[in-house]
Amino acid sequence: MRREPPRALADYAPLFFPALMLIVFFVVPFSIMIAVSFFKRNPAGFYTPDFVFDNYARFLTTFFGSVLGFSLLLAILVAVCCVVIAFPFTYLLTKRSRAVQTVWLVGLLSVLSLSEVIIGFAWSTLFSRTAGITNLFVAIGLMKEPVALLPSFWAVLTGMVYQALPYTILVLYPALVRLDPTLLEAARTLGASPVRAFFNVVTPALRNTIVATLIMVFVFALGSYLLPQILGRPSNWTLSVLITDQAIYQSNMPFAAAMAVFLVLISLALVGLTLLAGRKESAL
Amino acid sequence: MPGLSINSITKRFGDFAAVDDISLSVPDGKFVCLLGPSGCGKTTLLRMIAGLEEPTGGAIVLDGDDITRVPTHKRNLGMVFQSLALFPHLTVGENIAYALRIRGASKEEQRKRVDELLAMIHLPDFANRPVAKLSGGQRQRVAIARALALSPKLFLLDEPLSALDAKLREAMQVELRQLQQRLGITTIVVTHDQREAMTMADLVVVMGKGKILQAASPIEIYRKPADAFVADFIGITNLLPAETDKAGRTTVLGAAVPGVALPSGSAKATISIRPEDIHFSKPGAGAIPGTVSFVRDLGGTVETFVEAGGTTIVAVATPRERPNVSVGQAIGVVLPPESCVVLQP
Amino acid sequence: MNVLRRLYFVLVALFLAAPLIVVAGVSVNQKQELTFPPKGFSLAWYGQIFNDPEWRLALIHSVTLAICSAAIAVAIALPLAWFLWRRIAPWANIFQVLGLAPFILPPVITALGFLSFWATVGLFGQFYTAIISHAIFFVTLPLVTLSLGFASIDRSLVEAASTMGADDRTVLKTVVLPLILPYLVSGFAFAFVLSLNEYIVAYMTIGFTTETLPIKIFNALRYGYTPTMAAVSIFFVTVAALVFGAIAYFGDIRRLLGAMSSDS
Ligand SMILES: Nc1ncnc2c1ncn2[C@@H]1O[C@H](COP(=O)(O)OP(=O)(O)O)[C@@H](O)[C@H]1O
Ligand SMILES: [Mg+2]
Repeated sequence: MRREPPRALADYAPLFFPALMLIVFFVVPFSIMIAVSFFKRNPAGFYTPDFVFDNYARFLTTFFGSVLGFSLLLAILVAVCCVVIAFPFTYLLTKRSRAVQTVWLVGLLSVLSLSEVIIGFAWSTLFSRTAGITNLFVAIGLMKEPVALLPSFWAVLTGMVYQALPYTILVLYPALVRLDPTLLEAARTLGASPVRAFFNVVTPALRNTIVATLIMVFVFALGSYLLPQILGRPSNWTLSVLITDQAIYQSNMPFAAAMAVFLVLISLALVGLTLLAGRKESAL
Repeated sequence: MPGLSINSITKRFGDFAAVDDISLSVPDGKFVCLLGPSGCGKTTLLRMIAGLEEPTGGAIVLDGDDITRVPTHKRNLGMVFQSLALFPHLTVGENIAYALRIRGASKEEQRKRVDELLAMIHLPDFANRPVAKLSGGQRQRVAIARALALSPKLFLLDEPLSALDAKLREAMQVELRQLQQRLGITTIVVTHDQREAMTMADLVVVMGKGKILQAASPIEIYRKPADAFVADFIGITNLLPAETDKAGRTTVLGAAVPGVALPSGSAKATISIRPEDIHFSKPGAGAIPGTVSFVRDLGGTVETFVEAGGTTIVAVATPRERPNVSVGQAIGVVLPPESCVVLQP
Repeated sequence: MNVLRRLYFVLVALFLAAPLIVVAGVSVNQKQELTFPPKGFSLAWYGQIFNDPEWRLALIHSVTLAICSAAIAVAIALPLAWFLWRRIAPWANIFQVLGLAPFILPPVITALGFLSFWATVGLFGQFYTAIISHAIFFVTLPLVTLSLGFASIDRSLVEAASTMGADDRTVLKTVVLPLILPYLVSGFAFAFVLSLNEYIVAYMTIGFTTETLPIKIFNALRYGYTPTMAAVSIFFVTVAALVFGAIAYFGDIRRLLGAMSSDS
């Protein structure tokens, strides 16, 4: 068997089904969504075909501006928190035995695969008055009586960091596990303490990885659609929540679609940046 | 016409010719070694014979049939890869039976043939072992047995022994050669180890930079290397400058070597002489004057390094033949004319 | 230093486990109330998942959806990954990008795309639309594991098979598929677990007509808490941990997650 370009029609055969599925059920829906973003709302059905920019024009309101600003800031905050916690953690994890790493990876994957609904429910329970963590504080005498810690911005932030942390660790894991150990050993033989070696050698060597991870976690956090709703006040709602809300509860699909297109553009721009950062890293 | 014939085969990767217009004919039942330094195109040539690489130009003819465009799986080959390529998901027996199984041979037939082949490679009762549990030498044998399962027309091996340690490698060389002679199968082995080639081959093909430099029997290659590259690559040799003096005699480092003629029209050339062909004498008397600079006594042989005329000449003899040579001693180096090979410039 | 490191691991573990511990506690409450530490002990709420008709129906929907969509995702990913490995066709990488995109984009967007699509073609609300949507949404996972799997196949194995007379189809059947099987199973398992947990795509495709477990939990959340929700959550974590544990046990999860080769 030689690896060569496909020639006969039969050579292309394996591609038919995947290509068909991906085009019909991903490219087409995506295109329809873009088209819908220019349609008019139809309160009785989904939409009426049209070509208007009204849906995009609505972005120019201060309400929308503040939601967008809040979404971006929240996502940045989540990304920073996650990378700050995850980077040293992942580094230490890669230094542990294979068995320990495997157990952690299984745990992290299990948490990562958790439904956002379940994460929201779990944290709303943990932050509740009746079953929450404040009961523990009362029990050890830190507080007089249990209180509800939600809805609040901090609850939203905690929930989203919880959701994104396993993702961050798993994104960082390949880069850190493949890090050349001689790099660190060299620094150690020159007299650097482990902590100094970590900050002076590992961190700079992986600067681009860190930037790429920040961007990926940022995009991931932008996608959070339920946690702000379950754990926060309406003022803590993000663009993703708003899209869900408009599409389902307000039955305004064209506006939801316009916001989605806008969100895609932001995400794409950032994924593009990630790839660029990745390319620079490998070119080094 | 039985045998393998390669006609003007070329393989280019982009602008680079890995195999450059090679022609070679291998008579039926012969054992051929493709020998050359790393990167000279040996593997590429072997892979084209196997159909794993498509030639850019030329033809490959097996037993009179042009097989250049025949896909690999229809060529009836046995091939042993450098990595051995044993199937990790199959046992030893299943690996060996693979070619029979995919042709729909019965279980009974497969088992019989596997037993035969395992006996041939001296690994009886290994059929049910996983390949991961084998030693390097055992894997080697299993790969050979697997390739021979269908008694192919052509047996190809790419550096089959390079992963083994030196002792095992020498033993396997002998074993492989005996096996090939017993089966009478046309065999082509790629190697970069000249000792291996000398041990096994009927025909040694020395390659360099995508071309054949010399194709001949091992002893002829050793005795009559075609050029300085071959002479240097095969064994150890002394390459010495020769010139024609005013009297028309051929001289090497100032000493006349009667009976050696340079190619007509050239006043200068290089001669090759093997270390074991060099004699020593008292200084003067027509010998090359030199000084012993180092003596390496290996027990079985003694290597003497002599500084003469700005180069180092190496001579080898048994300790009995050359009992008392010491460093710093002034001696004469004698080159027997019948042992001097004048190389193409 | 060692103490600090240990403390760090413990803190991260605690952060990841805390909500689950509380939920696990809540799930064994004797009465129908949400208290922690639990009052009394009862596994009745776990029984509810299987006994209560509504929860059981949601469970059946979820499992059906997860199995079917994971199977289709693998059916899309396998030939695609095989083609990309088998042929030299750089242009075909566009399909790889298409396969990765749904997973990288914010899920709301993919979900809304499906909603627009099924609404436009008039099939909105049919159960199989969720299956297809999930298959596309999660095709990334088998695609990644299978690409890794193909990359790990030593090409000389395939060449060896062809020198022994195997044509393309035979090579696929006797060499490639057996070697790729662990990666195929992992890809299926990843897609299965994620589909089981997925909310937004399922909601935007069939949420008005059918309840999967995550949809049921969310709907229940809005009408008041019951310990069954907690039981279902723990049930989900357990399933995920078992599946990933099995992958780790039978395969090499570190390699799947990007550690170089199995010997590092
Ligand atoms: N697929 C390929 N693409 C580009 N260059 C190749 C390829 N295969 C081999 N070469 C080049 O062809 C030359 C000969 O390679 P090879 O036949 O493997 O040499 P050998 O086996 O003698 O060491 C080398 O310079 C190698 O880099
Ligand atoms: Mg080679």
